[in-house]
Formats: sequence, structure tokens, C-alpha cells
Amino acid sequence: MRTGYFPGCSLHGTAREFDESLRAVAGAIGAPLAEIDDWNCCGASSAHVVGQRLAVALPARNLALAEAQGVEQVLAPCAACYNRLAKARRVIEEDEALRREMPELLGRPFGNRVAVRNILEFLTDALPVIEARLVHAFGGLPLACYYGCLLVRPASVTSAEDPEHPTAMEQIARACGAAPVTWHMGLECCGGSLSVSRTGSVIRLGRAILEDARKAGAEALLVACPMCHSNLDFRQRAMTRDGRPPIPVLYVTELVGLALGIEPRRLGLDRHFVSPAPLLARRGQAPAGGRH
Amino acid sequence: MARIGVFVCHCGENIGRTVDASSVAEALRSHPGVVHAEDYRYMCSDPGQTLVREAIAANRLTGVVVAACSPHMHERTFRKVVAAAGLNPFLCEMANIREQCSWIHEDREQATGKAIAITRALVEKVKANTPLETIRIPIERRALVIGGGIAGIQAALDLADGGAEVVLVEKESSIGGHMSQLSETFPTLDCSQCILTPRMVEVAQHPRIRLYAYSEVEEVSGYIGNFEVKVRRKARSVNETLCNGCGACTQACPNRKVPNEFECGLGKRPAISVPFPQAVPNMPVLDRERCARFMAIRKGITKAVCGKCAEACTRGAIDFAQEDRFVTEKVGAIIIATGYQLYSIGKEQPEGEGLSGYGEYGYGQVPDVIDGLQFERLASASGPTGGRIVRPSDGRVPKRVVFLQCVGSRDPSRGIPYCSKICCMYVAKHVMLYRHKVHDGEAVVFYMDVRAAGKGYDEFTRRAIEEEGAIYRRGRVARLWRDGDVVKVQGFDTLSGEPLLLDADLVVLATAVRPQPGIRALAQKLSVSCDQHGFINEAHPKLRPVETNTAGIFVAGACQAPRDIPESVAMGSAAAAKVLGLFSKAELEREPTVARVDAAHCAGCFLCERVCPYGAVGRREVRDRAGRLVKVVAEVNPGVCQGCGTCQATCPGKHVEVQGFTDQQIYAEIAAL
Repeated sequence: MRTGYFPGCSLHGTAREFDESLRAVAGAIGAPLAEIDDWNCCGASSAHVVGQRLAVALPARNLALAEAQGVEQVLAPCAACYNRLAKARRVIEEDEALRREMPELLGRPFGNRVAVRNILEFLTDALPVIEARLVHAFGGLPLACYYGCLLVRPASVTSAEDPEHPTAMEQIARACGAAPVTWHMGLECCGGSLSVSRTGSVIRLGRAILEDARKAGAEALLVACPMCHSNLDFRQRAMTRDGRPPIPVLYVTELVGLALGIEPRRLGLDRHFVSPAPLLARRGQAPAGGRH
Repeated sequence: MARIGVFVCHCGENIGRTVDASSVAEALRSHPGVVHAEDYRYMCSDPGQTLVREAIAANRLTGVVVAACSPHMHERTFRKVVAAAGLNPFLCEMANIREQCSWIHEDREQATGKAIAITRALVEKVKANTPLETIRIPIERRALVIGGGIAGIQAALDLADGGAEVVLVEKESSIGGHMSQLSETFPTLDCSQCILTPRMVEVAQHPRIRLYAYSEVEEVSGYIGNFEVKVRRKARSVNETLCNGCGACTQACPNRKVPNEFECGLGKRPAISVPFPQAVPNMPVLDRERCARFMAIRKGITKAVCGKCAEACTRGAIDFAQEDRFVTEKVGAIIIATGYQLYSIGKEQPEGEGLSGYGEYGYGQVPDVIDGLQFERLASASGPTGGRIVRPSDGRVPKRVVFLQCVGSRDPSRGIPYCSKICCMYVAKHVMLYRHKVHDGEAVVFYMDVRAAGKGYDEFTRRAIEEEGAIYRRGRVARLWRDGDVVKVQGFDTLSGEPLLLDADLVVLATAVRPQPGIRALAQKLSVSCDQHGFINEAHPKLRPVETNTAGIFVAGACQAPRDIPESVAMGSAAAAKVLGLFSKAELEREPTVARVDAAHCAGCFLCERVCPYGAVGRREVRDRAGRLVKVVAEVNPGVCQGCGTCQATCPGKHVEVQGFTDQQIYAEIAAL
């Protein structure tokens, strides 16, 4: 199945390592990604405050482009992009008047035919291949799987298998030989875009998340959202001023990449603020060369 | 030649307002075969009935059409009148000119024309009608009660006291059901065992009750008045006639680490045990899964291992070689009273039930998160702690207990939309039991609504709040997790609008009430239907609450819907009364409007057998005079057939027809229109 790729702003900017590790993994598992030509902003946190039609039309244009490109599904690795795209698809599906209006609004044909997938669904589909091509199994590395808010909620949009207790990330981690810990902050809010406007709130929320992961014995956090990563990695120094040891925050694609034997630098592991190098060294992985 | 009488009713103004009844009578007078037609203001009244009776005698009528209301309303009435006049009642038909004509039309002329047409159609049908005789079926005056909980016990005792023989089948080793696990009961706080165990003893001692404990219904065949039931008596590994219930074997068993099901896993039991000291029958069951001897056999060890129970038994009652036995019982009626189970809300759920559990509550992982029945055992004087309310994790007395209502219930997004009905009351009871035992303890209840409709019920919940100091918080709990010594409760108070994070010592979940596992298989054996959740369907939600759609099969207690003890008892008594009513007749009388196969023309394709929703179609061998098999034909059991006509619509050769609704009769009716 041909998969379209919608990177969104994050994966071309602050979350470049997410983009790099995703491309590396996609290549290694033989699932090539076709980036959508001329993609635009998904609207994320601002469009739906401005207007509902804009909030639907922005992601819908990307879906229309993907349709024109002949793909059956679009992968949106960023949780916010995924949520906007999936939401738009759903709203248009349920609103016939809006659906009829769409081609004119977008200035191109639109059949709302392309499925929207998040990174966990993409990797879950590939689990048999990943397991077959495993090079480096993490010998029981204790990980805290952190979902955040937008990957699984609202349930009507994401159709997550159990929005209050998802297990998809745990299953991927387990396939890579890691040992996900039992903790309870996996669905808590990281503060999202408040990182800029109310940094103090983000620090408080992030500290509680890190604290619980640490208490559960996790040596790293596993995430699937650029916003979560940015808050927990970039802001972690402020959260751990009390001298507690830092916890590296890995993208799920980075973990899969390492398990598939891809060189850490190709996965962008040298781009993190909290360096995963000591952890990787401890776990018998070549440390990522420093770029800072 | 047909001599039909037509009687047109005005039904006061009901018909008379829009239909000119005398014109209808006038028009029918000239209809071929009609020898008498008249109209009257109230045909169903005594003078009206007399008109019909006298006209039959005076005109030597061979058939009667009453043009009046729906057959649902008065067909029975007029067929009785006709029978009293010496005519076969099935030669009387109702022409419905009220519900299907006068009530729904305004134009008098058109309505009158339609009434004439309807009446003519029925005259043609009556001409094609044949006399039918009421079917009489003998009745076996014994009843089977499935399930020995409080509903089944009540039904069995009422039946037996009413003079009927009863077979009571219970799948566990003792009767008593969930009620025997409860500590106290709402709204009176009287001890559950104190009111239940005397009833259990009564069952055991009643001369008309045959109790099969540790048994299950294997097969059911037959029909109302004449069921044949095969019961599997599961092997106890104990000889029932030799055992005197002394308990020496349970004392002797060296394995004392088996989780006790009766204590909801909170206590341990030996591999050979009775569930509780007041068990009826007071006779142990050897758990072959946990017994050292059977474990050794499964591992291939040939030497006889352990056997301590057999050594201890002075009566030689331990029988390791015992096998399941089967008994067959003939009964005339069946009462289903299989009760409920609590929704076990752990993450792991059995497949195919569409339930996902509540992983976020950590039930099964956090030891101090328990369900309502477990709390009952903790509070019970006969429970594993002797009635001391302590935490399962460390045995400490909990200083703050948080109760969660509606766990699973009323949550359509997670599979169960219905209200479990008993939880609001038993949580209020739990709060009281806790506060009576732990005076400085704090009880917090999370609720959606407090539904306490019942005699003395609202007063009871108000007492929990106003006098017992329970803190009721309206809102849901998002998550529970263990944090060191406490259980963290993250919730939301929707009245104050504040998020809450509480430290609890113990959390009690009021999980949803669900029907017993295996209910669908049992329903299939009995040809009764379940709703989407597995609860047995009653015949009518208001007017026939304890009957099922299958004649002779009744339902009582929580297998029909979530029920508390008073309701279960009421249903048990109601079902018993229905059965006694059935048994009061010498023979069962059934309408003869059932399907009949024309054996001479039946080709034996058995499509009718496949489509019959009641399992009423069987097979019969047809032999010639020399006894040689000619063919096998379908045969309808008139005791089971409900006259639905599905077979008639399906039969390719039209050789099975519902009596009174044959193709010829229906076509005659249509052709007259």
C-alpha cells in the first residue's frame, strides 16, 4: 500500500530527529513514504480558534493533495497534525453539505477517500517486519510509554482501541525487546503549546510526568509527539534543577531504528537536549556522536 | 350451501360516527350465501350476544361474521357465543371495521364502502373455514428450577408448598447463590445468612423438592407440559449417600492454598472443601484441578499420591474414581433463575463479549482495589477476616475508603449502557457497615446519580449521607494507581467543578451486574431469547414479566435484568404462581390454529424444519402395510407450534398450512375485495 507522508512544520523544524528516524525506519522495513507535494499547515492549535471552516479546510487541502497523488493513506507522525487531519476527515464524512462544498473551497477535486494514520498505527502494522529484522533487542530496557493527549483522544476521531488505557506503544516497545513499565501518567497533559506562554505550567506538569516515570523505574521516556518531546526534552533541565538525574526522551521511531541496527546519528539521536548517549552506552549501543 | 349470518356493530359512536352500520348490513344481505344480516348498537353486550345466539338457531347458520372491532378485542367473546349456540367456534370471524376503518377515516360514504368490502371478504373466508377442535395436551405436574439462589429457592419452595413436585438444579456445590455471600442486606441491615439459611434448609428437607447441587442442565427437549431434561451431576469425588458432612476430609487436606471462590479470592481453602459452613447440601467437593493426587495423575505418575482425605474419612465416602452421571427428569414447566455475575473489570476480558474492561482502575493489579462482593466478604462475620474490615494488602484498618459507583454501568462507550440498579443501595450499605466498624474512618462515594427508588430506599441513602457522615461526590474517577502505601484516586467533582486527587487506603468498585457466563448456551437449550447483554427476555416487559416467549418456560431474578433481593423473591413467587396456575388444569388447552403437514404430498425437503423458530417441526417415517419405509415426512408438534406461519410461507409445495389460515381461506378473502 502506498503511504503518503505529511511531515507538518515540526518534523521539518524542531523535531527533525523524528523525521530522520522515521525515514530511516521506513526505508529499513520496506515501507517507502511519498511526501505530499506542496503540503500546507494542518492548522494545529490556531486555526480552529479562528474558524471552523478554516480548521477543516486546511487539513482537507492536504488530504486532497494526497488523493491527487494516488495514495490510499496518509501518515501524520505529529500527534497534532494527525488529530487535525483525522478530525477534518471525520467532520467532512458526517456533514454532507460541507462535503459538497469542499471542491470549490479547496479549488480542486476532493473525495475524502484517503485514510489518516498515526505513527503508532503505522508501526503496529509493520510489527511482523520489525520483529523479523530485529538486530539489536533491548534486553529489558525499562521504558515509560507516554501518549499525551492527541494520539488517542477524542475517541470518536482517533478510534483508539481503548482511549483510557491504550497499549499500542507498549506493544511496539516490547517487540524491540524493551520492558515498558507500569505507570499512570501516560495520558496526562504535557502542557502542549503553553511551553511558550505559560512555561511555569509546563515545568510543573512535566516534572510530575518525569517523577512518576522515575518512580516506576523507567530509564527513558518513549514519545510519539513532537510537542511532548519538546516539552519533556528541551524543558527538562528546568524540571530537574533539584539535582535528579535526567531521563532521555526517545521518539518511538528512534527506538525502533536502534532495534533495527540503524546508526544512532542517522536517527538524529545527537539532536536531543538530554543526551541518550550514556543510556545507549550502558545498554551496549554505540553512543551518538555529539553535535552540540 | 353456506348459510352465513352477519352482525354489524355500531360500537356506540366508535363505528357509527363514520360507518353507516345499517347500510353495511343492508349491503351484506344480498351477498351470496348470507341469509341473515343485522346491526346493533353494542354487539358485545348481553342483548347483542343474544341476537347472535338466537339468529344462529333461527336461521340454522353455518357461519358467523361479526363486523366490529379487532379480533384481539373480541374474537374470543364471539367464538364463545357461537360455541354456546352449538356451532364450531372457528366458523366465526371478526371483520375489523373499527381499528382498520372507522377510526382512521373521516368520509362517511367512503368508510361505509370500505366496511362493506372488509365484511364481504370475511364472509368469503368463513365460507372456506372448516371446524377445528381445541388441542388437549397432558401435563406433567413437576417443575424444574434452574439456579438455587434466592429467586430459585423462593420459586422452589412456593411450588412445593403449593403441591407441585420440584427438581432444583444448582451448578455450585451449595445452594444459596450470591445472597449467601452478603454480610447485611439493605434497607434494613438484617443479616443475609440469618434470613437465607433457614430457607436453604427448608429446601433440603422438603419432601417434594429434589435437589441436584453441583449439577447442570445438559439437554432439554419437549414442550410445555412435557419437557424432558437431562441433568449432568458433576463428580464431587464424594459418595453422596455415605458422606455425613463431618468435615474430617477438609481438615486433613494438606493443600490449604487454593484461592477461595466463595470469599472472592480473599481467603484460602483446601483442595477438598465446602464453600461455607452452612452449605446445603453440607457435602464437600474435591477440586481435581488442585488435588495433589489428580495433579500427579496428569503428570503421568502412576503411584497413588496423598489420599489424606480418604484416610481421614471414617465413612469411606471419598471416591476418586467417581465420574459425571446423568439423570433424566420429566417436567411440565421450567423456571430459569440463574442470577448474575459482577463485571470483572480487569484489562483482560473474555473474547466475543465486546467488553474492554477498565485498565485505568488497576483492578486485579492493585490489591487494595476490590469489588463490591469482596467488600461484602470483608464485612461479613463469617468472612475471611471475621468481619474486621481490613486492607487485603497489609491487613491494616483503612482510614479512608473510596467507593466508586457505576463502574461499567451506564457507560455505552465501554459496552454496558444499562443501570445495574442495586449499586446505589449497596454502596450506601457498605458506607454504613464501614462507619459502624471504623468510627474514625472516612467514607467517600463517587456517584453519577443516587437512584434509590424503593420502599425505604431513599430514606436509607439519606441516612448514609446525613447520619453516617458519608461524603458523596458527584463525578467520575479517571484513574486509580498505587503510590507507596496508598491508592491514588484522581477524579472530578462535577458539582463544585474541581478536580480531585485523594489518597485512599481502600477503593471499592461497584461494578456492573451481568448475567452468568453460559447464559446464552442455556437459553439456546431452552429455545428462549436473550437481549444484547445476555439477560433473558421476558414475554412482555409490563404485562408478562415472568413468562418467556416459549410456552412453559418462566424466568425469575437477576438473569432477566439486574434485580435486588426483594424483586428476585417477588419474581420467584410470581413464576411459581404462574406454574401452579398451569398445573391446576387437568389438561392443557391450546388453540388449534397450528401448522399441519399434508403427509401425502410432503416431499421431505425439511425447509420447514430449518426455518421453524420454535423447533416444532420433527420428522416421521411413513411405511407401507408391509412395514417398508416409503418416505420420511415433516411433522409438526402441536404442543410446540405457535402458529406463526413461517413454515407455510417457506414450503415450496404448499403442503404445510396453519389451520384457520390456509392459502385457500386467505385467497378467498382476498378475491372478495
